[in-house]
Amino acid sequence: MAPVEAATKQHANWSPYDNNGGTVVAIAGGNYCVVAADTRMSTGYSILTRDYSKICQLADKSIMASSGFQADVKALQKHLAAKHLIYQHQHNKQMSCPAMAQLLSNTLYYKRFFPYYAFNVLGGLDSEGKGCVFTYDAVGSYERVGYSAQGSGATLITPVLDNQLKTPSPLLLPAKDAITPLSETEAVDMVKDVFASAAERDIYTGDRVEIVVVNSEGIRREYVELRKD
Amino acid sequence: MRLDTSGLNSLAPAHVVNDELCEGFMSLPSFQLPNSADFDTFQKKAVQMVKPAKGTTTLAFIFKEGVMVAADSRASMGGYISSQSVKKIIEINPYLIGTLAGGAADCQFWHRNLGIKCRLHELANKRRISVTGASKLLANILYSYRGMGLSVGTMIAGWDETGPGLYYVDSEGGRLKGTRFSVGSGSPYAYGVLDSGYRYDMSCEEAAELARRSIYHATFRDGASGGVASVYYVGPNGWKKLSGDDVGELHYKYYPVPKGNVEQEMVEASS
Repeated sequence: MAPVEAATKQHANWSPYDNNGGTVVAIAGGNYCVVAADTRMSTGYSILTRDYSKICQLADKSIMASSGFQADVKALQKHLAAKHLIYQHQHNKQMSCPAMAQLLSNTLYYKRFFPYYAFNVLGGLDSEGKGCVFTYDAVGSYERVGYSAQGSGATLITPVLDNQLKTPSPLLLPAKDAITPLSETEAVDMVKDVFASAAERDIYTGDRVEIVVVNSEGIRREYVELRKD
Repeated sequence: MRLDTSGLNSLAPAHVVNDELCEGFMSLPSFQLPNSADFDTFQKKAVQMVKPAKGTTTLAFIFKEGVMVAADSRASMGGYISSQSVKKIIEINPYLIGTLAGGAADCQFWHRNLGIKCRLHELANKRRISVTGASKLLANILYSYRGMGLSVGTMIAGWDETGPGLYYVDSEGGRLKGTRFSVGSGSPYAYGVLDSGYRYDMSCEEAAELARRSIYHATFRDGASGGVASVYYVGPNGWKKLSGDDVGELHYKYYPVPKGNVEQEMVEASS
């Protein structure tokens, strides 16, 4: 095979995307919201680092966690932070969580023909102080839900959350009450358990979980060790 | 390639900002395109990555009292159910609704955009936009993006000065006026029930029940449809949500399990 053919063959295989793996979870409660992500960043079968945060605080009551291609995630976080700063200058207040949710949806859709390879969950408190979680696909379709998991371990975690937390659909009429029955400590324990389970069976999830809790008192962060293999 | 970005136009900013830092954000948004030599192959791969949720059943029909619109609520990504509570009936404004089938993000974004344009029309012309006009706005936008991989199969239903209106609009650029439509992977099943039970002079309750049954039967046979069957009615005073029922519960309501037989069978087997 001539060297020229080998060179053009390599070019054709280049992709602008890579998947850095990882799992993110968010749970909304009556007056709190838990957002969690593992801290492993991988490429193919290699681990790039065990200490990478996938969680970003966009506003005082909005936390975004994203799995997927971390370079795109970083660009997305910077874009949203800049837009939020302009909003604060123009309106003299922070963006509410539902407003940030729509901003994120539009930002993702403006790259509809060259998508951000980012699978996001947005968690926080709405204007009434109740927990809210928004879940996204890669091009911006979004939905307010009571809990969500995204990333490589999502298919392992979501059935467990469905079993423990499933609330009547918001589409039902007459409407049924849709508050997650858990207290804040129970929700945090649930998150630790599901990540431990996901780390057992998903090679891209492990090392450590970063858990961020938003409530009326503010934001707190805690870390739990996971399997490092 | 010059894309039509008139669909994204918002009101021009009051003061022109000449600041270089803000240039990227304050200027009118337009879609970035990848700098690849082969746009179509890239889009095919990108679409696979996004895996738009296509499995769905939506339907709408006109009858004597107005328009009845119904949809399921399942979103699937390949074989995985990504959500059982997707809102597939989108409220554009108090007298216009649209249904969602195909790519969820595409439908959500362009319906929201259509709502903005309808409001601008109201402000500019001091009267509500007609269903014909609203569907034409959407169809023209989708036509200009034809071939770029958008996936939208929507029905625009509403009530305007000429009475009830129903249009089917899709991402190929098609726009059809009609009285009965069903869109999605479950539509063949829904059509079967809808067409056989349809009469123009139904009452509101009969029409709602027909719509509900059609969605139920589609979710029964189509794996990609399920969740909650929502039914909306559009009348002279705008739209109203009539019901939202879990299709699993509808099944046992329509076909209840007769009591007692199971226990009898078990007793006979052991003796």
